[in-house]
Amino acid sequence: MSGVVEVGLGRRTRRGLAVWAWAVFAFLYVPIVVLVVFSFNASSRVNIWGGFSFQWYGEALRNDVITSAIRVSLIVALVSTVVSVVLGTAVALALDRYRFRGRRALDGTVYLPIVIPDITMAVMLLVFFAEAFKFIDSFGPRFTLGISTVALSHIAFNISFVCVVVRARLDQFDRTLEEAARDLYATGWQTFRRVTLPLIMPGVAAGGLLALTLSLDDVVISAFVSGPGSTTLPVYVFSSIRRGVTPELNAISTLMLTASIALVLGSLALQRRRAGAGRQTQVL
Amino acid sequence: MFLASPGALYLLIFFVIPLGLITVYSFATRTSTGRTSLSGWNVESYEAIGDEIILGIIGRSAWLATLTTVLCVAVGYPFAYYIATRPRHVRAVLLVLVMIPFWTNALVRVFAIRFLLGSNGPASALSESLGLGTFRILFTPTAVTIGMVYSFLTFMVLPLYVALERMDWSLTEAARDLYASGAKAFWKVTLPLTRSGIVAGCVLVFVPSFGSYVVPDILGGAKTLLIGSYIARQFRDARNWPLGAALSVLLIVAMLVAVALNQRSGSGAEDGGRPRGRKRRPGQGEAEPVTAVAS
Repeated sequence: MSGVVEVGLGRRTRRGLAVWAWAVFAFLYVPIVVLVVFSFNASSRVNIWGGFSFQWYGEALRNDVITSAIRVSLIVALVSTVVSVVLGTAVALALDRYRFRGRRALDGTVYLPIVIPDITMAVMLLVFFAEAFKFIDSFGPRFTLGISTVALSHIAFNISFVCVVVRARLDQFDRTLEEAARDLYATGWQTFRRVTLPLIMPGVAAGGLLALTLSLDDVVISAFVSGPGSTTLPVYVFSSIRRGVTPELNAISTLMLTASIALVLGSLALQRRRAGAGRQTQVL
Repeated sequence: MFLASPGALYLLIFFVIPLGLITVYSFATRTSTGRTSLSGWNVESYEAIGDEIILGIIGRSAWLATLTTVLCVAVGYPFAYYIATRPRHVRAVLLVLVMIPFWTNALVRVFAIRFLLGSNGPASALSESLGLGTFRILFTPTAVTIGMVYSFLTFMVLPLYVALERMDWSLTEAARDLYASGAKAFWKVTLPLTRSGIVAGCVLVFVPSFGSYVVPDILGGAKTLLIGSYIARQFRDARNWPLGAALSVLLIVAMLVAVALNQRSGSGAEDGGRPRGRKRRPGQGEAEPVTAVAS
C-alpha cells in the first residue's frame, strides 16, 4: 500500500484538495519567511526594504542583555535536558516493567504537566517558590528567583515529556532479547548496558531533543519563575515585543528559528535511524 | 521502586506540592496590601468568579477556543487528507514540512504574525501600495483567532494524518463499489472512521487555546482579555493571588475533564475502525513517533 490511495474522488475534488493543501503550506510558511527576509533589511524602518545587511545581527549580538539571555537559555536548556533525560528514562523503565506501590498514581501524575496549560504550571511554581523561600528563609539562607528556579521548573515539565517519548519506544521493545542476554549469563547491569540501553537509545535521544526544544521555547513558565539577571531569550523577546517591533527582534527571532529547525531536522534524522534500528532488531 | 523514585520524588516536590499549594491558595484571603493570608479559609475567590466581568472573560475564552478548534478542523482535515493520500515518498517529505512549524519556536511564530499584520508591517505596506489603505487588524479578536489557528493548526493536522494514514481505505472503496457517491462515501465511511483523530485533534487544539496566554498578549487588545492573561494579571499587577489560584484550579479541572472525555471516546474508536484482530499494515509504525509527540 505504498502508491497513491485511490478513493474514487472526482477530478475537481482532487484538484481542489491540492490547491487547498498548498495554500495551507503557504499560510504556515509565509509569515516565517517574511520575518527572516526582513531580518536582513538594511533599513531601520520595519516595513521598507533598504537592501541586504547583517547589521541587526551585529547589533543584537553586541547587546549585553541579549547575550546574557542567550547564555541563561543555553545553560537552563542543557541542565534541564540532562537531568530530565536521566530521571524521565528511569521513570519510563520502571513504569514499563515493574509493578510497585503507587505505580498507577505515578503513571497518572506523569501525564499531568503535559496536559495542564502553561500559565497554570507557571503560577503553581511561582506560588511554590514563594512558599519554599519563606520556609527556607526562616532558617537563615536567603534565596530568590533566578537561573536555578528556572532550571528546576524546566526539569519539572521535561521529565514528563521524556518519559512519554521513551515509553513509546519501550512499547515496541522485544523483551526476548533481554532474556537471551540473561540466558547467556550477562549480569543485570551488562544486559542493561549492552542490550536495553542501545535499543531504547533512539527514544532517549528523541526525548532529549524534545526536552531541549521545549526548554529553549518556553516563555510563560520562565517569565514567572525568573528573577532579574536570569531572563531567558524567549522571555526577553516576549517583553520586547510588548514595547514594539524592532529589526533587532527580527534578527534574534531568526536565530531562534534556525536553532529550532536544526533541532527538528536532528530529531527527524534520529527517527529515521530508529526505523533502521527496528529493522535490525527483526533481523537479529 | 528504586528506579522510579528520583523522578517520582522530583515530580512530588516540583509538581504535586505546587498543585496542592495552588489549591490551598484558592481558598485563602487577599489582605488589603495585596498579600495572601493563609489563615481563615473561605470560598470568596470562587464566589468572585461569578462576577459578570470574569464570567465574560471565561465565556470569551471558551468562544475563541471553540472558534479556533472549528477552524482548525475545517482547514486541517482536507490538508491532512491530501497528505495522507500521496504516494509514500511524497508523504514523507510533506510530513517533514508539517513537522517543521510544529517544532518551531511558538513565540517566534506568533511574533511573525504580529510583524506581518502590524500597521507598519509588510502586509500593510503592500495593501497601501495597492491603494487599499492600512491594515487595521492587529489587537482585534480576528488577529487573535488568526494567531491561534496559526499556532495550533499542526496539533490538529498530526492526529488527523495519523487517523487517515491508518485507515483501511478498502472500506471506502467498498462503499464506492456499492454505488455510494464520492461525497456519500466520505461522510458515511471515511469521516466516521477517522473520528478518533478528529476528537484527539480537537482536544489538542482546544486545551492550549483556552488557556493561551502568549497569543492574546501579543496579538490581542483590551477587547480580547482571555482567562490565561487574566490569571497572569492576578499574579502580577493586580496582586490577587487567591483569585488567580481559584481560576487556575478551574482551568486545570476543565482541561482534565476535556482530556478524560477524549480518552473515553477514544477507547472505542482507537484502532481507526480496523476490524479487530486484523494485522497491522506495514508502514504503520512510521506514524508512531508522530503520535508520541502529538499526544
